[in-house]
Amino acid sequence: MGEMEQMKKEADGLKTQIEAARKAVADTTMSAASAAVAPAPRVQLKTRRTLKGHLAKIYAMHWATDSRLMVSASQDGKLLIWDSHSGNKINAVPLKSSWVMTCSYAPSGNLVASGGLDNMCTVYNLKTPVVKTVKELDAHTGYLACCRFLSDSEILTASGDTTCALWDIESGKQKTVFLNHVGDCMCLSLSPDMNTFISGACDSLAKLWDVRDGTCKQTFQGHTSDVNAISFFHNGNTVITGSDDCTCKMFDLRADQEVISYQDAQLNAGVTSLALSVSGRLMFAGYDDFNCNIWDTLKGEKVGVLSGHDNRVSCTGVPPDGMCVCTGSWDSFLKIWN
Amino acid sequence: MPCLSKVIPSIPHENTSSNFIKWLTRLSGQMERVVVSMQDPDMGVKLRNQRLLITVIPHAMTGNDIVEWLMQKFSVCDEEALHVGNLLVKFGYIYPLKEPRVLTLRPDETPYRFQTPYYWTSTRWPASELDYAIYLAKKNIRKQGELIEHEKESYNMLHKRINHTWDFVVMQAREQLRASKQRRKADRIVLECQEQAYWLVNRPPPGMMDVLDQGPERKNILNSRVQLVGVCVCVFVCERVPTCVCVCVCVCSFVKYCEQYQPHDPIMQGCLPSNPWITDDAMYWTINSDSVAVPTKLRVERWSFSFVELLSDPMGQRELMAYLEKEFSAENLCFWQACEDLRHGENSKIPSKVDEIYKQFLAPGATRWVNIDSKTMEKTLQGIKQPHRFVLDDAQMHIYFLMKKDSYPRYLRSELYKNLLARAVVPQETKKSVFPFMRRQRHSSPSPAMLTQTGEDDGKTKHHGTGNV
Repeated sequence: MGEMEQMKKEADGLKTQIEAARKAVADTTMSAASAAVAPAPRVQLKTRRTLKGHLAKIYAMHWATDSRLMVSASQDGKLLIWDSHSGNKINAVPLKSSWVMTCSYAPSGNLVASGGLDNMCTVYNLKTPVVKTVKELDAHTGYLACCRFLSDSEILTASGDTTCALWDIESGKQKTVFLNHVGDCMCLSLSPDMNTFISGACDSLAKLWDVRDGTCKQTFQGHTSDVNAISFFHNGNTVITGSDDCTCKMFDLRADQEVISYQDAQLNAGVTSLALSVSGRLMFAGYDDFNCNIWDTLKGEKVGVLSGHDNRVSCTGVPPDGMCVCTGSWDSFLKIWN
Repeated sequence: MPCLSKVIPSIPHENTSSNFIKWLTRLSGQMERVVVSMQDPDMGVKLRNQRLLITVIPHAMTGNDIVEWLMQKFSVCDEEALHVGNLLVKFGYIYPLKEPRVLTLRPDETPYRFQTPYYWTSTRWPASELDYAIYLAKKNIRKQGELIEHEKESYNMLHKRINHTWDFVVMQAREQLRASKQRRKADRIVLECQEQAYWLVNRPPPGMMDVLDQGPERKNILNSRVQLVGVCVCVFVCERVPTCVCVCVCVCSFVKYCEQYQPHDPIMQGCLPSNPWITDDAMYWTINSDSVAVPTKLRVERWSFSFVELLSDPMGQRELMAYLEKEFSAENLCFWQACEDLRHGENSKIPSKVDEIYKQFLAPGATRWVNIDSKTMEKTLQGIKQPHRFVLDDAQMHIYFLMKKDSYPRYLRSELYKNLLARAVVPQETKKSVFPFMRRQRHSSPSPAMLTQTGEDDGKTKHHGTGNV
């Protein structure tokens, strides 16, 4: 017992040191620093497309790197590949299990992946005459909450079994398992240089991992409920999270702490998803109250709202060229706004 | 060295002279602490002798060394270190040896020297008119009346203003010149450089920023001072917190990023020729495709934001390769590309790819041998005996930073890049169509998700408002 006590004391001591270090550098707030910046204009985006085709709740969507194609997953048991500009459906991939929770488009455009309550991540090849299943990645013991391709050979998954994993698609095996969260992993986001990624979980923490050695580099706390959405800012140093506690928070990796919190007294719906504009100035966050709010990331103020869905907004995405925002909802529609 | 307290002189709101003095005093205190630690014989910046024409000046350092030292000391990126270094130069704590009027820090082999504490802002601010008069008088005598324009004006003005002590001024000037003639040449040059640097900061020529705000017309240049000083000052605080960077630096770099990328953010600022989602015109995608002959100006400008931006655009990579081929250093980029292919490629091909890379780039006598430092080379050669996806990471990183520090800035200054930028197009704005009856009805293909045919055409996707305002 004596050893346990000692270790506890040491852990507490380290925690105090870290807190002190963070406090020492917390010399300003974002609002103070951005006081000189001109406010963002009131953003009014209109619906430019409504993509109809799903028959049940849409749970996830992901843009392809060409900023025109995208994949969406719905619990009607289908993955739809859209040419969003023309509104045409390019492909419909029937899923073995209709309880899908996530989907992802590979950077090359050759593959898509999906997963959900079947605990598996299934990878499909879009370039064969008929869409074929390439691999079923089966090793998680919990539901698949999120998946992201690094390339045509590797994919990262976040699972309800509290682990994240890096898979080699060819062999179908897990190469690295990332263990540290104590709650279901709900979301993940790759850094622009693909050497690290960040994950959010039901333990209200966000963790930064090194892809190569599988270690947890940093932990960010501040939320008081499940972290449902997470995204790396394009500069690779900042991360934004969205949670069931109705707030979004921005964390800086170098300062190792929360920089600003996006919250509003009148908002009491949890955040389900978020996406950033190209410059990072605007953040689009989908909420349980059927709206998607637009935040000015520098000033911490709401500058607009995308309302038009008849049910919870479950996913949002900004394409790589930043031309528009896409929102997907439980009302089975995808809307494209600009 | 004592722990720096959290004293960040925040820029005063009112540009009154007493506020300014207080602020400047605190700021100088901070800078002096940094400069003192830079001169530490063990942990300070590397010093060496510098040849100036035929004289050898001791205790000089290169701009590069300064930036590296600051980067290491405060755990910041090169941009921020350059900011801090610039601050030290602009406020006169470090001065350039070769081009004294250029008060900026160049991250290359340009030589710099520490200013003597005698001339520090904290010891001799504000500069006295008498001293300035003596300095100009000395120059006048040495150059036999050939002073540069603004100095001539100042000289004449001072002559009028303190005419009653002019004899004293001239006498002092003569005495100082005589004393300096008796010094060793190297010492004399150093003293002249120090004095000149001091006066360049305290009496800047017209056109140069007056950081110490002593010009005859007190302009409200608070904002430019903020820009110059704002980010940098906070870095000093972090001396004792090696891994954390202070929030102010992080936040300011975030702000800078947003501002830099705003013209590239179509939602914030629109885009040319037009947003395909609003006007239905896919021209934007056509003119920005990979294989387009002439890229857009915005695209080429974006390559200058960072090395990452250049590399992530396939056209940018091709242009860089063309430039490197002219310079006979294309093997670096080829090696980097091969490493990327290894990292993201198929698992089964890894051993053969590693072997191929070794033969082409790493083996002694290889045709495209890359210049890696011996430690990294040794580690890599050992590692490739058991090849895996990340085995070449260290070598790749080394080459990446080499290109980033050397080839990338040179490419941006090259004729190749400048010509491309000049040729790049700024597309004309496409006018939105106004006629309502030109609005197209969009019919999407019948939904494959529908298993049963109900006879109803469910796939109609109406084209929503094109914003005819």
